Amino acid sequence: MNLVNLFVKSIFIDNMIFAYFLGMCSYLAVSKKVSTAFGLGLAVVFVLGLTVPLNWLVQTYFLNEGALAWISDDFKNVDLSFLSFIVFISVIAAFVQLTEMAVEKFSPSLYNSLGIFLPLIAVNCSILGGALFMLGRPYNFAEAATFGFGSGIGWMLAIVALAAVREKLKYSDVPKPLKGLGITFLIVGLMSFGFLSFMGFTL
Amino acid sequence: MATATATSQEVVKPKEGLFSKKNRKLLSDPLDTNNPITVQILGVCSALAVTVQIKPALFMALGLTFVTCFSSLIISFLRNSIPSRIRIIVQLAIVSLWVILVDEILKAYAYDVSKQLSVFVGLIITNCIVMGRLEAYAMANKPWPSFLDGLGNGLGYGAILLTLGVFRELLGAGTLFKGFPFEIKVFESLGIPFVGNGLMMLPAGACILIGLLIWAQRARNGYSEAD
Repeated sequence: MNLVNLFVKSIFIDNMIFAYFLGMCSYLAVSKKVSTAFGLGLAVVFVLGLTVPLNWLVQTYFLNEGALAWISDDFKNVDLSFLSFIVFISVIAAFVQLTEMAVEKFSPSLYNSLGIFLPLIAVNCSILGGALFMLGRPYNFAEAATFGFGSGIGWMLAIVALAAVREKLKYSDVPKPLKGLGITFLIVGLMSFGFLSFMGFTL
Repeated sequence: MATATATSQEVVKPKEGLFSKKNRKLLSDPLDTNNPITVQILGVCSALAVTVQIKPALFMALGLTFVTCFSSLIISFLRNSIPSRIRIIVQLAIVSLWVILVDEILKAYAYDVSKQLSVFVGLIITNCIVMGRLEAYAMANKPWPSFLDGLGNGLGYGAILLTLGVFRELLGAGTLFKGFPFEIKVFESLGIPFVGNGLMMLPAGACILIGLLIWAQRARNGYSEAD
């Protein structure tokens, strides 16, 4: 039940886009068409859902104070937590690169639809943001995995919704200097209001 | 004939001054016509998240400027020896070294700001401005112009951050420079009764504010996006 609650919370209430505004760059740049937005969304769900638990393992068994005690007692006082930024980003970048190679080799059709987005994802703030949020909250392994997966779904929901709005926007008469980026920001602000209504919602 | 053309190509270019016109342009362009946030759409996440007050916005801008300058400098020195297939990982590693430095300094000397910025210090690593400038400029240019390009973009980012910070703090809490010794309670000292606008404290308010800012800037510069 706790996990279901966390899942719903990370999709709607703590939505990566509407509550924290993470991953905005690709969110604004790749939301012109629903189909491409959906492709990028899927890639984010996949990477976020796997790197957050992966980074949880790294943090718990290597970086935390005293985490290295499983190697030998000499390492009991070692605290490597200042390294978490560089380790997390390396894990994410390496994971993305590996996934890209594997997808390219085993499923060329998937690679063609998803491939171009994968390198973009290593530098998407929401992936590293997910790992850093996990760092600040006392999650266990199952919770970390649920949180990562839920946040990914929330991000995908947000980008598909914005892409749908922007497709319709082509037919409306927007003031010239507001066209493109300006009106998109205003829409994202309004959508974020909508998501505020989920606040305090528990299962 | 062949030797003649070869020698004519060897004419030494006059050495460029440290602050030649081209270099000054690198600094001033990102402040307005090529602003990283409002024109290049880079680094938007943190611009929305840390601008509730002026103080965190200022520290964030300083941190990012520092990281952009020095990562651009280092990457530019290494640009010919980085294999292009793994360049993203190399760039990320160098950027995160500088970010760790900034994070440790903030924790040591400005702990309250470091708590307020929370994950956003770490997120400088994936801030699109840093990566964007490395990819677009530092990978193809000499160290000193790259450094200036990083500095200019950091300052352009800082200008937008401070503008947002001023508006949000003024309209949201009715103060300016909260957290500094010279805090000003604007509305109280003018004797005007003021109720804080909760909208401005939310990231959604920042989103709308930045939309309006882009509108104003583009209306002034006469720039519009083609569909």
